[in-house]
Amino acid sequence: MSEQRKSMLTGNIVKHAIKDSFIKLNPMVMMKNPVMFIVELGTFVVFLMVLFPSYFNISGRLGFNLCVFLILLFTVLFANFAEALAEGRGKAQADSLKKSKKETTANKLVGTEIKVVSSTELRKGDIVMVSQGEMIPGDGEVVEGLASVDESAITGESAPVIKEAGGDFSSVTGGTRVVSDQIKMVITSDPGESFIDRMISLVEGAQRQKTPNEIALNTLLTTLTLIFLIVVVTLAPIAKYLGVELDIPVLISLLVCLIPTTIGGLLSAIGIAGMDRVTQFNVLAMSGKAVEASGDINTMILDKTGTITFGNRMASQFIPVGNETLADTSYWAAVSSLKDETPEGRSVLELMKKQSLGYETSIAEGGEFIEFKAETRMSGIDLQDGRLVRKGAVDAVRQWVLGKGGTVPANLEIESNKIASEGGTPLAVAVDNRIFGLIHLKDTVKPGMKERFEQLRQMGIKTIMCTGDNPLTAATIAREAGVDDFIAESKPEDKIAVIRREQAEGKLVAMTGDGTNDAPALAQADVGLAMNSGTIAAKEAANMVDLDSDPSKIIEVVAIGKQLLMTRGALTTFSIANDVAKYFAIIPAMFMVAIPEMNVLNIMSLGSPLSAILSALIFNAVIIPLLIPLAMKGVKYKPMSSARLLSRNLLIYGLGGVIAPFIGIKLIDLIVHIWI
Amino acid sequence: MEILQMIIVIAVLLLLVKPVGTYLFHIFSNEPNRTDRVFGKIENVFYKIIGLKNRSSMGWKKYVFSMIITNIVLVAVSYIILRLMGGLPGNPNKIGNMEATLSFNTVISFMTNTNLQHYSGESGMSYFGQMAVITMMMFTSAASGLVVAIAFIRGITRRGEGLGNFFEDFIKAHVRLYLPIAVLVTLVLVGLQVPQTLSPTAVVHSLSGVEQQIPMGPIASLESIKHLGTNGGGFFGVNSAHPFENPRPITNVIEILSMWTISAALPYTFGLFARNKKQGWIIFTAMMTLFIAFLCLTYFSEKAGNPVINQLGMDSSIGSMEGKEVRFGVAQSALFTTVTTAATTGSVDNMHDTLTPLGGLAPLAEMMLNVVFGGKGVGFVNMMMYAILGVFICGLMVGRTPEFLGRKIEGREMKLIAIAILAHPFIILVPTAISFMTHLGTDALTNPTYHGLSQSLYEYTSSAANNGSGFEGLADNTTFWNVSTGLVMLFGRYISIIALMGVAGSLASKKLVPETIGTFRTDNKLFAGILIGTVLLIGALTFLPVIVLGPVAEFLTLK
Repeated sequence: MSEQRKSMLTGNIVKHAIKDSFIKLNPMVMMKNPVMFIVELGTFVVFLMVLFPSYFNISGRLGFNLCVFLILLFTVLFANFAEALAEGRGKAQADSLKKSKKETTANKLVGTEIKVVSSTELRKGDIVMVSQGEMIPGDGEVVEGLASVDESAITGESAPVIKEAGGDFSSVTGGTRVVSDQIKMVITSDPGESFIDRMISLVEGAQRQKTPNEIALNTLLTTLTLIFLIVVVTLAPIAKYLGVELDIPVLISLLVCLIPTTIGGLLSAIGIAGMDRVTQFNVLAMSGKAVEASGDINTMILDKTGTITFGNRMASQFIPVGNETLADTSYWAAVSSLKDETPEGRSVLELMKKQSLGYETSIAEGGEFIEFKAETRMSGIDLQDGRLVRKGAVDAVRQWVLGKGGTVPANLEIESNKIASEGGTPLAVAVDNRIFGLIHLKDTVKPGMKERFEQLRQMGIKTIMCTGDNPLTAATIAREAGVDDFIAESKPEDKIAVIRREQAEGKLVAMTGDGTNDAPALAQADVGLAMNSGTIAAKEAANMVDLDSDPSKIIEVVAIGKQLLMTRGALTTFSIANDVAKYFAIIPAMFMVAIPEMNVLNIMSLGSPLSAILSALIFNAVIIPLLIPLAMKGVKYKPMSSARLLSRNLLIYGLGGVIAPFIGIKLIDLIVHIWI
Repeated sequence: MEILQMIIVIAVLLLLVKPVGTYLFHIFSNEPNRTDRVFGKIENVFYKIIGLKNRSSMGWKKYVFSMIITNIVLVAVSYIILRLMGGLPGNPNKIGNMEATLSFNTVISFMTNTNLQHYSGESGMSYFGQMAVITMMMFTSAASGLVVAIAFIRGITRRGEGLGNFFEDFIKAHVRLYLPIAVLVTLVLVGLQVPQTLSPTAVVHSLSGVEQQIPMGPIASLESIKHLGTNGGGFFGVNSAHPFENPRPITNVIEILSMWTISAALPYTFGLFARNKKQGWIIFTAMMTLFIAFLCLTYFSEKAGNPVINQLGMDSSIGSMEGKEVRFGVAQSALFTTVTTAATTGSVDNMHDTLTPLGGLAPLAEMMLNVVFGGKGVGFVNMMMYAILGVFICGLMVGRTPEFLGRKIEGREMKLIAIAILAHPFIILVPTAISFMTHLGTDALTNPTYHGLSQSLYEYTSSAANNGSGFEGLADNTTFWNVSTGLVMLFGRYISIIALMGVAGSLASKKLVPETIGTFRTDNKLFAGILIGTVLLIGALTFLPVIVLGPVAEFLTLK
């Protein structure tokens, strides 16, 4: 589906967007955007002057007025097109989601009987059965059974996932398909409120509300518009005192050039596209506010397991103790793991292979596998010849050996502490009453995490790792991964405490989580990213859901949030900086006829007053579609310190914004001047 | 040599900024310090007299309300005095009551720290009026402006404590700052032969046998607070160009420094409040850069002289001396002009009307921006408004919600700033446009075309910026001009104060965002550049069309 999403900017969307840009000309719609509304008003006034030139007594300037009218009309249309295009991508996504929301039938359990009903009739609390090949009729939780479910309709991931009753993998989403086995589930949402419904309305932008930053920026843009309105309206009587008569179309041209139409036309497209980028990333943001807030994050709380490390502890070394040899230690470690299907057990055998140490599998034949249990904290194998092979927590194994009358080698404690201090977990290997040595289990940090944390540090974001490990282990992983801080032996309450502590210092906190016990912390955090694989409670508490269930994605979400704000700032700066050149184009043109000396100010040496005004207007109009790709993609963002980021952006969009229109207007004038 | 004169004055100012800024901080930081021993008792007397028992900190609304009520009371009392002063004592020259619209204009003019004078002091104001209304308001309006700036600074640097107690600040500003320094400057001026007397106008018989009237009065005392409080209203119509107000170059320098120092020290005081001196210096740097640019514009265009006169073959090596005092010359005049419009004092030691077109553009532009040091407090607060705007636009470019001094700039602040930033061009351009649409306005213009345009524009700009200087020659003592400039002064003063105090109040209640490497820094050179850029792009571009039609067109056509 992600492939599908990328290629969505198709001819179809463009066609729709063009149609929408005309529909959006409706003044009631335009009113929401004061900058463009003023442009539309101006367009209308000039239109009247074109229609009834004799009434306005301006029949001589018909050609010029017509040009002004057309350019102004296109300015409005371009702005509408930008917005429509951004919305169009969302709509296309929504359409593809709607396909997966086809009405299905459900096997509703009434008493002990199964009744076939339409999925739209299901209500919260209903129990349904879903068998192999059937569509899950609504959001819910598995209450009985285990099944593999194809969730590609939502996540785009084609490999099915296992859903089972109880625990953190019990939630299922309507519109997904059971590919094997059968489950009994309880519906948790009423029609119209399901996850897919919410997703559709989000990407469609039906619930799109202006974010706080957008509101503030809009206020600024409206203010600038009003200021320039005052400037232009008062200019006419002041100039009249000097005997300079200014035509209304010329004044309107000046006004439109000065008000920030570039950012005004692109502002909503930037916001929609920002949300859209998050969606393309397979993260579902519940509001634009959440995306914006993620740009402001100061602190990020990450679970160690699954986010920073792979989570499964892997054997990395065999350490003999006492007088034992490496060969013996590894041999018995391997034997103890022969029938052990846990990741730890498998990693022992892998390490044997890697280090080309020898062991025989035949010895385990007929042996009885002893599973790991919380009480014994050991696993192993009881061999046919009566020997008992065990591996497990060091103190558990020691107790076990002592209980059998064995002795404990003197350096066991030292070696095991050494492993622990390096962040590893020591497993002792013993046969009957003899301890052979230790297996060093190591939690591996995912590749690239260290660099990412370094980037986060450059953005000024502090990372805190949460782990259930002991402080020693936690410290080692923290050092290895390069996080700033960690909480060892953390309980779910600890996360909330940390979030509250950071928030009390005025910081914004982001976190990821999936379990039900993460839900309060997800709700407390300013940005909470829940995993789609997680529980419903977690997803509801969070303000973003990652459909791929990759907790480290929070880092990219932060980057997207920052990019969104930067794009707004960059285009605003660009838009305001443009005014300098436009002034130099229009001011001399307006007064040159009455005051010929004004030609000194015509530093671009534009062909004629009329062509100068038209060129400035044309530049003002075409810059909008030219910047649409930038508004949609966002300005380039590489993590770096704010000082460097600012210098770079100021140079490009500030200085560039001053210079670009000088060149642009001059080039346009070279062409326009051919006619006037 | 001329340039050296200006450099020396600027150097002295630079030396004064730190001690004065620190002193201001100690007055208003409300932390115990040495000055308490000297002034504490005096203040306690005042607190008792006005019954101020509870000196707790006020929220922004209460603070502004207290200031406005105080100003209203002072306006009312002053209006009554002006209307009745003919019959009041202290009137040896038998000056009559002031006319209603002129009184309205005058009390507003002085209460708003503008000191636009549509009357002439020597013929229109009794000694009692000069002292009880003019000099009194010069203290109180300056103190009102200063304490607003201090409260604003408290709001954006301190958290959740309110903005301070207006009445306490107001009294402190008088007792610890204006009164002692005014007394000191008065004595120095008297020592430099500025008259200070209550005797009536002297009548002398000159050698040529003509009877000459020489007006005088309590000049030195008015002169000191006129500049210390960036008031600018002169004892005489020609203001500081009069030899009794400003007899020699050294008094000229003292007057320049008196009006400039407190305004220039405020950024440093702000730095101390913000516990980041560099932040203060950056604001100062931005102001000083703009100032130097305007000073150069005025000085070099005055030095170049008037091309029409130059063509007549007159020696133009000393520059354009039209409307200037010989004892000051071009340098001292240009410096005075640039400082008086930067600090929005409005006193003049030369006639701005006769400045060369571009030389006159500089004072006009400084008042339009109203951020280059600025009058008592208001200029500083305006500069902070541009700082917040600059932070808002450029802060986004580092990918965070913009924050200034650890406080997020959001919708509420932008709305309040919108009011302030809209008000300034509105009250300049709209009345100017109206003045050209009616003969009530155009009748007052005493110059044709471009310069006439500048005259009206200057009058309203000066009123809006609460400066008070004029392109004199405008026949402005009419109901139209008295009322319209009166209203412009009123709005120019209070709209932005209310809006920006609202910003301070809103920022004061915000949670502080901790500073990280990702924070947009506002205490480095880059920010000084951003600040200047914002002022020029948002503040200056607004006025470009009228500037082009006024001074620039005059310059281009003057051949």
